[in-house]
Amino acid sequence: MTREIKTNSNLEKVLASGAFAVTGELGPPRSADGHEVAEKAKHLVGNVDSVNITDNQTAVVRMSSLAAGLLVQKAGIQCNMQMVTRDRNRIAIQSDIMGAYALGINNLLCLTGDHQKFGDHPQSKNVFDMDAIGLIQTVKSMRDDGRLLSGQELPPEGRPKIFIGSAYNPFADPEKYRIIRTKKKVDAGVDFLQSQCIYDMPRFRAFMKEAVDMGLTEKAYFMAGITPFKNLGMARYMQKNVPGILVPEEFVKRLKDVPKEKQAEEGMKIASEQIEEFKSMPGIKGVHLMLIEWEHMVPEFVKLCNLLPRPKL
Amino acid sequence: MIICERKPIDEIKGFIAGKKKVLLVGCRGCVTVCNAGGTKEVEILAALLRLDAQKEGVELTVDEFTLERQCDPEYVDELADLVAKGYEVILSMACSVGPQFLSRRYPKERVFPSLNTCFIGGALAHGVWAEHCQACGNCIIHNYGGMCPVSRCSKSIMNGPCGGSSNGVCEISKEVECVWHLIASKYMDEGRLEEFAPIQPIKDWSKSRDGGPRKIVREELVK
Repeated sequence: MTREIKTNSNLEKVLASGAFAVTGELGPPRSADGHEVAEKAKHLVGNVDSVNITDNQTAVVRMSSLAAGLLVQKAGIQCNMQMVTRDRNRIAIQSDIMGAYALGINNLLCLTGDHQKFGDHPQSKNVFDMDAIGLIQTVKSMRDDGRLLSGQELPPEGRPKIFIGSAYNPFADPEKYRIIRTKKKVDAGVDFLQSQCIYDMPRFRAFMKEAVDMGLTEKAYFMAGITPFKNLGMARYMQKNVPGILVPEEFVKRLKDVPKEKQAEEGMKIASEQIEEFKSMPGIKGVHLMLIEWEHMVPEFVKLCNLLPRPKL
Repeated sequence: MIICERKPIDEIKGFIAGKKKVLLVGCRGCVTVCNAGGTKEVEILAALLRLDAQKEGVELTVDEFTLERQCDPEYVDELADLVAKGYEVILSMACSVGPQFLSRRYPKERVFPSLNTCFIGGALAHGVWAEHCQACGNCIIHNYGGMCPVSRCSKSIMNGPCGGSSNGVCEISKEVECVWHLIASKYMDEGRLEEFAPIQPIKDWSKSRDGGPRKIVREELVK
């Protein structure tokens, strides 16, 4: 599969080269302390191809994904700036896309965002002027057609050459519909897709088979999302409380069967076995590592999974 | 209809604190149907306020009156003689249109809302109401199996269900059904998925509240 390179994104170059891509994730601080971002970024430089910077995830106020993303890029690695439609209308969205590109952002992950009811400001007003699919269309229109949603033209040098990403969740309901929503994102023009945390491998295999059969994996790069369990408690919590995440009993049992101090190691072992399978799974072009608030474990984890060295393109 | 619920009694007591003469005005429109501000609810609130005054040992007269509708000037006019008797506070038991119309018609009076106006909805069962419309000004439910994603999806998305849909309920609460689950299931059950698969465009909100406060003028009805 050869695809035209549309942007200056390192992630796009890695994916287009056919190498198995690796992305990481970094949650900005709940403060204005830029040093914290730089500290976390150190663990990711050289270990992943680009880093997702979350946009006020779970609707908790944090440093903006643009600002934190630029701090990460200063530390020496490209970021995948996340943008949710919860907090911005189409005026702010398009304005922020222009600004982000002008400041050196090459990758944008288009998301609808968690409802603010979960967050630390449940009294706030939400926006949801459009959904993630509308956001993908918006970036694509600005990049490829050189047009704002109003129809206003952008000069050729003023088009944001952004590698467009989004998320896909094979585990939400209704099960049969998930591939259709993913197809909508592909039809809208997404370039790469990162999945939610995968634990239910049989369901994921079945989903990917459908994606391959429908030709979706020829049009967008599919990456598999991984979050290693830190301990048994985390596995149980995710199993019971996180909507759209299915944790099989088999993984819970494996964690239960080792002493507490070995659970993190076992969690990483489970994840590395999953990654081994992804490396040869049809349609999967890379992994997205979500070691949130566990960034310092990324170097050890990528080594364990034989994901080093990262290609220099 | 417009679904309302009565404000907490302490808040209403705050409106009339230190006052001796209160007029409580109900409405026979939506709030009668949703049991929030009809003759019966006016009677109950009046009784509660009188009882409370009695317990506190303060003097209080609460008069009751229910209008056909509080959102129509011709009915609001009917209150003129009663208002002329002189009340320190008028409590409206209509949706928020009611106290606004009373204030406009009787500008010297102090009018307070006794209800919170909650949403446009319908009764699911006796005593249970749910939101079904957000008055976006451009109805599109025919594209969504006869269901409204604007009012019934927590995020008003046009291409759902999002990743937060699990077992037919919304990520925000197990009490909130995922309308997108219902929409998608309906199309799948009917074998009409191909109608549902195309991307739905970004919605034009200019006819919604986002276009500013709205007004309809029907020329043929304007005298």
